[in-house]
Amino acid sequence: MMNAPVNKIIDFSNVDGPGNRTSIFFQGCSFDCMFCHNPETIHLCRNCGACVDGCPARALSRDAAGAVCWDPDKCVECDQCIRACPWDASPRIRLMTVEEVMRRLRRTMPYIDGITASGGECTLQNDFLIALFTLVRQEGKSCLLDSNGSFDFEADPRILRVCDGVMLDVKAVSPAWSQLLISAPPDLVLRNLDYLLSVDRLQEVRTVIFPHQDRENEETVRYVASRIGSACDYRIIRYRPFGVREKYQRILGEETTPAALAEQYAELARSLGAAKAYVV
Amino acid sequence: MSEALKIIQDPTLTYRQQLVSLARLGESTDQSLRYSDAYYEAKRRGALCDLNEGVMPYRPRYICPDYDLLFQKGCEFLQLSPPQDLLEALNALEIFYCHVPSITTYPVYLGDLDRLLEPFVLREDRAFAKKALRLFLRSIDRILTDSFVHADIGPEETVTGRLLLELTEEMQLAVPNLTLRYDPDVTPEDFALACIGCMLKTAKPSFANHRMFVREWGEKYAIASCYNELMIGGGGYTLPRMRLYECSLDAKNPEDFIENELPKYIDLQLEYMDKRVRFIVGESNFFKTNFLVTEGFVRRENFIGMFGVVGLAECCNHLLGIADVKKGFGMDPEATALGVRIMKAIESRVAAHTAPYCEAFGHHYRLHAQVGIETDGMDDSPGTRIPIGAEPAMLEQLQVNEQFHPFFPTGTGDIFRFEETWVKTPAAILPIIKGSFSRGLRYFSGYLDNNDVVRVTGYLVKKSEIEKLRRKQQSLNQVTLFGMGAQDGGHALDRRIQRHDECPGE
Repeated sequence: MMNAPVNKIIDFSNVDGPGNRTSIFFQGCSFDCMFCHNPETIHLCRNCGACVDGCPARALSRDAAGAVCWDPDKCVECDQCIRACPWDASPRIRLMTVEEVMRRLRRTMPYIDGITASGGECTLQNDFLIALFTLVRQEGKSCLLDSNGSFDFEADPRILRVCDGVMLDVKAVSPAWSQLLISAPPDLVLRNLDYLLSVDRLQEVRTVIFPHQDRENEETVRYVASRIGSACDYRIIRYRPFGVREKYQRILGEETTPAALAEQYAELARSLGAAKAYVV
Repeated sequence: MSEALKIIQDPTLTYRQQLVSLARLGESTDQSLRYSDAYYEAKRRGALCDLNEGVMPYRPRYICPDYDLLFQKGCEFLQLSPPQDLLEALNALEIFYCHVPSITTYPVYLGDLDRLLEPFVLREDRAFAKKALRLFLRSIDRILTDSFVHADIGPEETVTGRLLLELTEEMQLAVPNLTLRYDPDVTPEDFALACIGCMLKTAKPSFANHRMFVREWGEKYAIASCYNELMIGGGGYTLPRMRLYECSLDAKNPEDFIENELPKYIDLQLEYMDKRVRFIVGESNFFKTNFLVTEGFVRRENFIGMFGVVGLAECCNHLLGIADVKKGFGMDPEATALGVRIMKAIESRVAAHTAPYCEAFGHHYRLHAQVGIETDGMDDSPGTRIPIGAEPAMLEQLQVNEQFHPFFPTGTGDIFRFEETWVKTPAAILPIIKGSFSRGLRYFSGYLDNNDVVRVTGYLVKKSEIEKLRRKQQSLNQVTLFGMGAQDGGHALDRRIQRHDECPGE
């Protein structure tokens, strides 16, 4: 039976695509972004056990094989385990089958426009998503992907046949900045940008704007805006240090991007033809 | 100090509020309408409550005049001929409103304003119509100074409806209360979204499940006062309420409650209602001489008695020995299921009773989930609501509501408090309303946490007006006092905030 590691499911979300959506956050990411504000979603648990003893609710234990087990009924969501984890992982993950996710979704179906798969990086669960999206679309609901662009959609377009659109992060355009910021080159992300545009599956693009990184901010915004035009929304997101790992806060700063600065880039994007650029 | 002197000296009461208080006091000096000793005992114990309706009813509690008739044939008593243009129509309504009695002394139903006024609005240019409607709404707010004054719009989209929404958002007034009769097949999506946008900025309109009401009432239903559904050209005689928590205090267990205690209190409340209805119809002059009756704006046959309940949550929690409300009714399936059993028992006993003067409703009273009063404190939550502070996530709260709303044709509703991000995403709220309406939800209200106009339990107040009362200043709106009491005693403004990243059960 196919399953996937699920970090959490939000029944009603108004920030993960149009309308009211149920968002499924899968554990595990293909990038390691400096500014990630939920780094505990990056890796899968290695069963090192570092979190177990510190759990004040005794919701964590180890089974006979040494695997870390989490009891959601006892958990008080204090996040002690996440702070204790040396591996940017979380013990609060459930391996769920497609049917288990569907069971949860059947409760929310009457109230939602659709679902959004997010993460971590949800495309790491490609086969799982194909199965899930197929079932959800049979119920007349839309399916969106929230992706960092590390999956080669052109090489394997199967998911796009059951997906209504991709919300794509374009975090960096220049190779050096990309390597530093997301620990990966930008090429595949940018190819995906063009490919998803060409097959009409680009729901929106998001770019994070950093304080004191004018050159990089501008290069990324110019690149995206000139390509997407008015084909989709372009969300300009302000960098916020909240949740960012300390070692990276030292590099990126403890300052939130001022709203006015982000607005300047939205304005730039609009002047380049990205009519639906706005700050969140 | 005498009660009268207290009223006369109270610095926070306006002249009009003093007048109403003194009239109530005067009414209470006559005790000729008597009930059984058992009724008085139940009332003394707080198990039954008459909502301070007054001991000598001289008018029905709620009156919903047929304003179409006013526009068709005018009103002889008020010397009004049928209006010929928008100004005449608005003027006729303003005059008429001042002569519609109610428990609050103000009219609780202003009509289906969009439908009524649309032919007149369409004959004017938009700017003029908007100005005329602005002055009309200002008159309502300053003359009918009570938040139980209620107007309805929808389900169709109209120019008038759009103008009323724009003005509601611009003017930020607590009066009148406003409801959209919503039918996803009839109400255009963008009009419904505009209503949600307005609701997030001024706490109104609320959404009424139009299909459900049409099924129960036909097309001619009004939403009046807080959320009372009644017949247009009729109204509600009386609304007493069982305080279910207090009703449950002598029960040995859930079975004992349902078998013995509950029927006893139901029968006492029915006895009370029968006597009041007979008095209003038979003894008071309203149905004999009031122009609303003699000229046909209301017909006695279209009136009904509303059988109210409050405190189902606390009743269930008490019967099951649940001390922590967060683990009780609304969260615990057993407590919620007990609630359904209790409501079924109440529904069937009330339905078995032959009620006087309720011809349009098969000679029966209909149930009402009363919205609470400021003195209830935390003992009895409104109707069948989950107690404030114990609300589960929105999905679960809706699904509990869906089980209870069908019991209450004369009204129930729940309120959701949203944080700022939702203002940008009204499209995320509409499918929630649609979905829950398709599953039995009757009435949906929402407001934004940081707005001045907020919905307390069913009515609207301005937080800034409550602050005026706290400074011992007067508030023009006589309901502000209730809002302050509900905030202090019932924590009514502390309901759970719907955030954009709620993560229930994780």
